Amino acid sequence: MIPTPDLSHLKAADYQHVYEPAEDTFILLDALEEDADVLRNLHPRICLEIGSGSGCVSTFAGKILGSTTSLYLATDINPHATQCTKLTGRQNKVPVEPLLASLAGPLRSRLRHSVDILLFNPPYVPTNSAEADEAQQDADIAGAWAGGQDGMAITDILLDQVESLLSPRGRFYLVAVKQNDIHGICRRMQEQYGLKGEVALQRRAGREHLYVLRFLRQPADT
Amino acid sequence: MVRLITHNLLACHAKGCTSNNFPLQFQDVSIELRDADFNADFLRGFLPRLEWPALVGAARQLGDTSLPAEQPDMIDDEFLQKLHHVLLEIHVEEGAMVCPNCKHVYPISNGIPNMLLAEHEIG
Ligand SMILES: C[S@@+](CC[C@H](N)C(=O)[O-])C[C@H]1O[C@@H](n2cnc3c(N)ncnc32)[C@H](O)[C@@H]1O
Ligand SMILES: [Zn+2]
Repeated sequence: MIPTPDLSHLKAADYQHVYEPAEDTFILLDALEEDADVLRNLHPRICLEIGSGSGCVSTFAGKILGSTTSLYLATDINPHATQCTKLTGRQNKVPVEPLLASLAGPLRSRLRHSVDILLFNPPYVPTNSAEADEAQQDADIAGAWAGGQDGMAITDILLDQVESLLSPRGRFYLVAVKQNDIHGICRRMQEQYGLKGEVALQRRAGREHLYVLRFLRQPADT
Repeated sequence: MVRLITHNLLACHAKGCTSNNFPLQFQDVSIELRDADFNADFLRGFLPRLEWPALVGAARQLGDTSLPAEQPDMIDDEFLQKLHHVLLEIHVEEGAMVCPNCKHVYPISNGIPNMLLAEHEIG
């Protein structure tokens, strides 16, 4: 059992601006822990988390894989979040490198087919699109959940970049909810990019039906 | 903690800026040195992902001239120790990174680079 990262340095005041780890965070941690052996065997050199918030997930990945075996890059549009991510890494002795950026922005050209583990727990709650746009602009707490049409406005943009980011053996873990259309996401990734998606974990938490989807390249010979 | 390992992976992504947009040039930086645990396997595995001349140039901008201009064929422990220090132990805490092409300035504050673009700059 890998303990949840120590977040005792983050206070209520931080969580006014930064997403506090919740059920959606924990299901992603659980999915990573279930795959721990496979992930270690990948010998990942580059892990990239989009929207790292408190930094809990990247730090946990570092605990699974080892603090020196991989580079841990984490982006977020929210400056409070990048600061918390830095502190959480430090508190848990995992050198997570935060970048204030949208999605993979400035990393995309150099990380072409280089990311071994890509992680995203996105703003997935369906809202109207003005609300999602505003939340992206404000880059504060609403940006943690406001997901626009079907909750997919932000995730959709990343989905079109995943194939170009993943290394040959790379894996992508995505948190989603039922309203995001799980089968639609998997079908599209398969048809457009040849990435095979499957449900790594699912559970109900209150009103939400949460999923972690895992995407891999198809083995060349099938 | 903008370390050179990360700097080596960052390119300008402003709208229309698609050539000569790497590596970003450091400007007015203050740096801190912090020990990091050494892992030879990691360094060997990471070498193919580095743009070597960009790394050497960036290290020189920060006053470190320990790396050879050309990546050596023989990867020995002495070389890996130098590489370890340059990639992982030099932290740029304040300053900026400037695009060599469009001159976009990406500020670094508290060790965190601000790579966000304004709406009209997004490609
Ligand atoms: C649901 S929270 C997840 C936070 C953390 N990873 C966790 O699991 O607890 C979503 C995060 O994505 C960030 N975010 C929203 N839009 C983003 C974008 N366009 N690029 C990068 N991060 C974004 C938010 O600021 C927020 O920190
Ligand atoms: Zn530029």
